[in-house]
Amino acid sequence: MPAPPYVVPDGPAVEIDGLVMRYGEKVAVDGLSFTVERGTITSVLGPNGAGKTTTLEVCEGFRRPQSGSVRVLGLDPTRQRRELLPRIGVMLQSGGAWSGVRAVEMLRHIASLHADPLPIDLLVDRLGLDQCGRTPYRRLSGGQQQRLGLAMAIVGRPELVFVDEPTAGMDPAVRRTTWALLEELKADGVTIVLTTHHMDEAERLSDLVHVIDHGRLVASGTPFELTRARDQATIRLVVTEPFPQGAPDKLRVALGDSTEVTEINEQSLLITGPADGSTLAKVSAWCEEHDVLPESLTLGQRTLEDVFLQVTGREFEA
Amino acid sequence: MSGPAGAARQDFTPAPGAAPLGRQIRAQAAMESKLLLRNGEQLLLAVVIPVLALVGGVLAARKLGLDWDEKPVDVLTPGVLALAVMSTSFTSLAIATGFERRYGLLKRLGASPLPRFGLLAGKVIALLGVQVLQGIVIVTVAAILGWRLDGGFAGVAIGVAAALLGTAAFGGLGLALAGALRAEATLAVANLVYLLLMMGGGVVLPRDTYGATGSAVIQFLPSAALGDAMRDGFIDGALNPVAFAVLGVWAVVAGAIASRSFKWE
Repeated sequence: MPAPPYVVPDGPAVEIDGLVMRYGEKVAVDGLSFTVERGTITSVLGPNGAGKTTTLEVCEGFRRPQSGSVRVLGLDPTRQRRELLPRIGVMLQSGGAWSGVRAVEMLRHIASLHADPLPIDLLVDRLGLDQCGRTPYRRLSGGQQQRLGLAMAIVGRPELVFVDEPTAGMDPAVRRTTWALLEELKADGVTIVLTTHHMDEAERLSDLVHVIDHGRLVASGTPFELTRARDQATIRLVVTEPFPQGAPDKLRVALGDSTEVTEINEQSLLITGPADGSTLAKVSAWCEEHDVLPESLTLGQRTLEDVFLQVTGREFEA
Repeated sequence: MSGPAGAARQDFTPAPGAAPLGRQIRAQAAMESKLLLRNGEQLLLAVVIPVLALVGGVLAARKLGLDWDEKPVDVLTPGVLALAVMSTSFTSLAIATGFERRYGLLKRLGASPLPRFGLLAGKVIALLGVQVLQGIVIVTVAAILGWRLDGGFAGVAIGVAAALLGTAAFGGLGLALAGALRAEATLAVANLVYLLLMMGGGVVLPRDTYGATGSAVIQFLPSAALGDAMRDGFIDGALNPVAFAVLGVWAVVAGAIASRSFKWE
């Protein structure tokens, strides 16, 4: 009897409301709220230590929220953990197998804990796990361990997958395979929540990006909204010598309120706003006035990196 | 990597669910046993050392002309069986669990459909399986050395009951140790404790070997209690109530500590 077609259920896949998590004095997650809609790929983007993994671990039921509430597939991840776990797939940031186990053996084991797992062979082939042969887990390369981790996360045919830094340590070809795989999962109705500190990954894959920093949500939107919001373009100015004292402030005044000037470092600036002739003219006039010699003046769309720089006031350090 | 164009595309349509608990436990027990037996150091601990203790002990007793009420092999075999129980349920279990946490395996299983009870059941079944193999090897060697089972059927039943209770007590201690320390420290401490108990814990050698004071002190150790219970059972077919009570208390206390301190991470 063929299984009935899968209908993506109603209601958000993940609802986080005012989540606070502390480790001793350190606040890892500071009043975080966001929602993940079903059938989407949602990226949680932020630098290391931003609170991404802690947030995921609360969603997976490993940690109880210290304040605020979290619902996953409509369930309480700590109190209804046994009900939730069979329905989600989890890819840990690292590790996740016996030190002496072989890759395919481990995948088969995780599959055997599920009611209706995916056929192992296609997954093994797809993620190149057959190359791992008889090598014990502890001697696999970082990229091989990541691929096994991803396979273990999806082998149980979950509704929702949490992947923590899925492509860390992968070479570019495998990264693309992984992305394609995540897109196929989404096409088949699986909801995916991924954490990453790779801007290109978030931009390329996600329906929605939540940018977090110091445990707080600093920006949310589709990659398109975030990077092309409000007719904004960017002008990136790099000069040959450090800016004279106070020069960036003067440029700010000259350009007016519709434009933002962010110092990237002492020799480069990011100007965000309407990239029209008048803005460009003002920038060149300012260069002349301050005896600044442009090394390059690039016009382009904002990247997520620029967005991060603007909302946090500092560069994104992965 | 991604196969030739037009290769069968996997259907990822969600169909989530846990396998029946019995199947999960079987799978878990099978993996645990397979990996225990694949590990060379564990096998050394489980089989080679107990067999060496038995053969060495019997030869030494003959040479030194030790004066026990029974033949050396009859005295030593129950103790070596007790040692084998201790090595697997305490040392091997603690070390394996420590490294399972270290490599994130426990965390991974913690995110799988396998409940904590299933994990524990898998481990216990694997331990008992390894112990049966140990028992077969040790009994075979003992028989070659001329061991006679004086305790009869009752003795075997008592010995098996003591081994089970000992497994519970030492297993709880092993899990508690692995929950408290890092993997490397667990490895060191578990091996050290094993060596100390093997030499001075009244497990292989009867307690009276250690003199009256020593004997009185160590009778409350789980190692001596397990050794006493096994010796009284196998040699005399007698149930030693004090030894069983001591083991029972250790099992309850260690089990409580282990279940409180257990962490998936």
